Amino acid sequence: MDTVTRRRFLVASGVVGGTALAAGAGTLTWRELFRTEKLRSGHSTGTLVLITLYGGNDGLATVVPHADPAYRQARGDLAIPGESVLPLDQTVGLSPSLAAFKRQFDAGHLAVVRGVGYPKPDRSHFRSMDIWQTADPVQPGNTGWIGRFLDANRAADSRWAVTFEPVLPPVLAGASKAGAAVTTNGLKLPSGYRTPMLAGLGRPEEESPLRARAARAFADLVRVDEMVRGLPEHEETEETEDGMPAATSTGGGKASLAQQLRLIARCVEAEVAPRVYSASLGGFDLHADGHEAQLTLLRDLDKAVGSFLDRMARTPAGRRVVVAVYSEFGRRVRANASDGTDHGTASDMFLLGVPVRGGLYGAPPSLTDLDDGDLKYTTDFRDVYGTLLADVLDTDPAQVLGGWTGRLPELLH
Amino acid sequence: MAHLLRRATFGPRAMDLDEAERIGFGATLDGLLTQTGPTPGTDPGAERTPVPPAERDPYAVLPKNADGDAKAAAVKAQKAQVVALTSWWVNRMVSAEHQAREKLTFFWHGHWATSAQKVRSANLMRTQQQTLYRLAGGDFGPMVHAMVRDPALIYWLDGQRNSAAAPNENLARELMELFTLGIGNYSEADVKEGARALTGWQLDRVEGTASFSPKRFDSKPKTILGKRADHDADDFVELLLAHPATAKFVTARLWFRYASGEPVPAQTHERLVAAYGAKRDITAALRAMFTDPAFAATRGQLVKQPVEWAVGAMRQLGVEPGSWKENDRKQLNAALDALGQVPFAPPSVGGWPAGAAWLTTSTTQVRLGLANRFANNVSPATLDAVASAPAAGRPDALARLLAVESFSTRTRAVLLDAGNSGKQADLRRQIALALASPEYCVQ
Repeated sequence: MDTVTRRRFLVASGVVGGTALAAGAGTLTWRELFRTEKLRSGHSTGTLVLITLYGGNDGLATVVPHADPAYRQARGDLAIPGESVLPLDQTVGLSPSLAAFKRQFDAGHLAVVRGVGYPKPDRSHFRSMDIWQTADPVQPGNTGWIGRFLDANRAADSRWAVTFEPVLPPVLAGASKAGAAVTTNGLKLPSGYRTPMLAGLGRPEEESPLRARAARAFADLVRVDEMVRGLPEHEETEETEDGMPAATSTGGGKASLAQQLRLIARCVEAEVAPRVYSASLGGFDLHADGHEAQLTLLRDLDKAVGSFLDRMARTPAGRRVVVAVYSEFGRRVRANASDGTDHGTASDMFLLGVPVRGGLYGAPPSLTDLDDGDLKYTTDFRDVYGTLLADVLDTDPAQVLGGWTGRLPELLH
Repeated sequence: MAHLLRRATFGPRAMDLDEAERIGFGATLDGLLTQTGPTPGTDPGAERTPVPPAERDPYAVLPKNADGDAKAAAVKAQKAQVVALTSWWVNRMVSAEHQAREKLTFFWHGHWATSAQKVRSANLMRTQQQTLYRLAGGDFGPMVHAMVRDPALIYWLDGQRNSAAAPNENLARELMELFTLGIGNYSEADVKEGARALTGWQLDRVEGTASFSPKRFDSKPKTILGKRADHDADDFVELLLAHPATAKFVTARLWFRYASGEPVPAQTHERLVAAYGAKRDITAALRAMFTDPAFAATRGQLVKQPVEWAVGAMRQLGVEPGSWKENDRKQLNAALDALGQVPFAPPSVGGWPAGAAWLTTSTTQVRLGLANRFANNVSPATLDAVASAPAAGRPDALARLLAVESFSTRTRAVLLDAGNSGKQADLRRQIALALASPEYCVQ
């Protein structure tokens, strides 16, 4: 099964309506990507890999405050005992699934930013994800923060921010520019169909923007055809046993994060143009029977990110990569009666990579002084974005974040 | 007229357009809307494709001590049931004469987006689909009341885990955010209190039923949307139905799927809300939408969803997937999956995406492949109709066959070039290219 069957999360979101998208930005082929090599040579700027965990990852079962009696009391049977966690200090430890994260922490390459959130938290998946992707907690508009990073850089084009999923996530759509969804599968036409037919259907006409987009997809398809034999090292996409994608009620679906990160690794090693890569893992909305399922998901995350970082450490370009992991919200402090957790608010963010100064950052939210049953955030998510923009992407955060100037100055070397 | 039929049904055939021209716009619209109501009349196409009989969930009937092999076999049987049900629905959508009702049922499926991939039971999905079909038009109220006790929806959103002891908010939140009020019209307190009102529902997965258990119900007073009482699920639904945001939200969703991805103009929206009115009348809202001047101006603003595209194409070409061999039907399901839309398998509770999201290079490629499959299965009568047109007139013949307003210069050139020999293979290729064309996919 090719990557097209990975479903996305753009549904109840108005964000995808960005003008850059309607104009047809947003697809790119492998070969085009690899042609961008020159754009990057001589550069020694950083690369950001942004990993979105769809569905609301349970922060308290990821970075576990096992020593806090309030934690054990609130989580009951779902509480992870202190002897099982991978300790970060005396009081908190990582989920037992996160062995590679723990290794990175011990090596000084994992920063855990505690209690990241935003004012007036919204507990809707769709709305909160809009807020995270647009970086606007008040009025999430139709541009993502990485899209605006492209807007802010005159030299930037769609090759600067890519995803290997079939549909562009809102975070990559700017006002005048948008990142690209890179296709990795070649063109297979039914017999009797020739490329000029597709090129013909791809010719622009005087027509509605959506119809123009449909035509543009044909033109893009022809470019895929041209490059099909030039693919570097083709890898099969993983699929579930019966070939059907797994679904969850909040999207993110069956994307194999490991597969996405392998593609990203090859691009980083080739020093091609992208400054930002977007990848995702879904399935975190565990209202019921959440314990085992979350352990499994975190294990997938850990394995994928762990091997990616091991690979990155081997090249100079890889050693400039910073991985940032976030979810739209954490979960309610108190478990529900279904051995699961309901939608929450603030949670921890992970930053990983050689440029990262490892450690615990920010104040852990109190488990007893709550906002309506949920954690109060202690670090504004825009402070983290600001740090990534300034220190990884060499871009003035205020320009991208609507004047926001907050930062975490010590986070990166 | 053609615009109305293109939007209200999956894919109007040339004969449907001719009949509509003969009887006029008013009578055509009346006919379409009657299909959605309680007395739609007989539908020979639906009778030819009866709902498959309810089957017990093979996993649910397993004894507690079933071994791994038995469980694996049951899981396989469950999946086969879901695949069979999916094929049935696609076939039904193609065959039914009451196209407006079928399309409205599919709209509701996208609205109450429930996926068999979590629910797993074909029996539960079948029950939900039948509820949506039965209550598709008319008063929205009975549908909402039915859905809060719908076993598939309850399981999808963990409603059976929601009890007085500690409520589970999933269903209450999505009920307000995605099904009735829309975001921004309720508070977090409403979610928590609403969840308490929905407590007490339990599922019997063997029988495929939901039942109310007073022991698990939180009977204490709750304040929902400013009203304090010992609300239960039906009281909660009544509060939602009475809230002005619901009329606005539901009519905007109709506009979004039937008219345009652009926001509904304010005055049009007022008219739709007025038509929906105190009777919460979906059929009246549809009538107001289809007759609104703004609706006529939405040409070219809607990308056909993959299921709409495929069902409409098969209907126009006289293709009957129900008569296909099992392997071909599987290929059809696989292609729909690759296009990103399989009935009974929405990607999330938010439903399917819309607009440009369907127009990627990958989907374009899959669409052409599936169009080719349809063209290879086209009925002889359809092929004759296309063949009877002179070569130069074939784009116009295809436009008529597929209810396309007109093909652009670009597409005409491709169609002419692909079929100048007039051989069957050329004709089929012309049909497939027309189905894949921007003019057919975006209408």
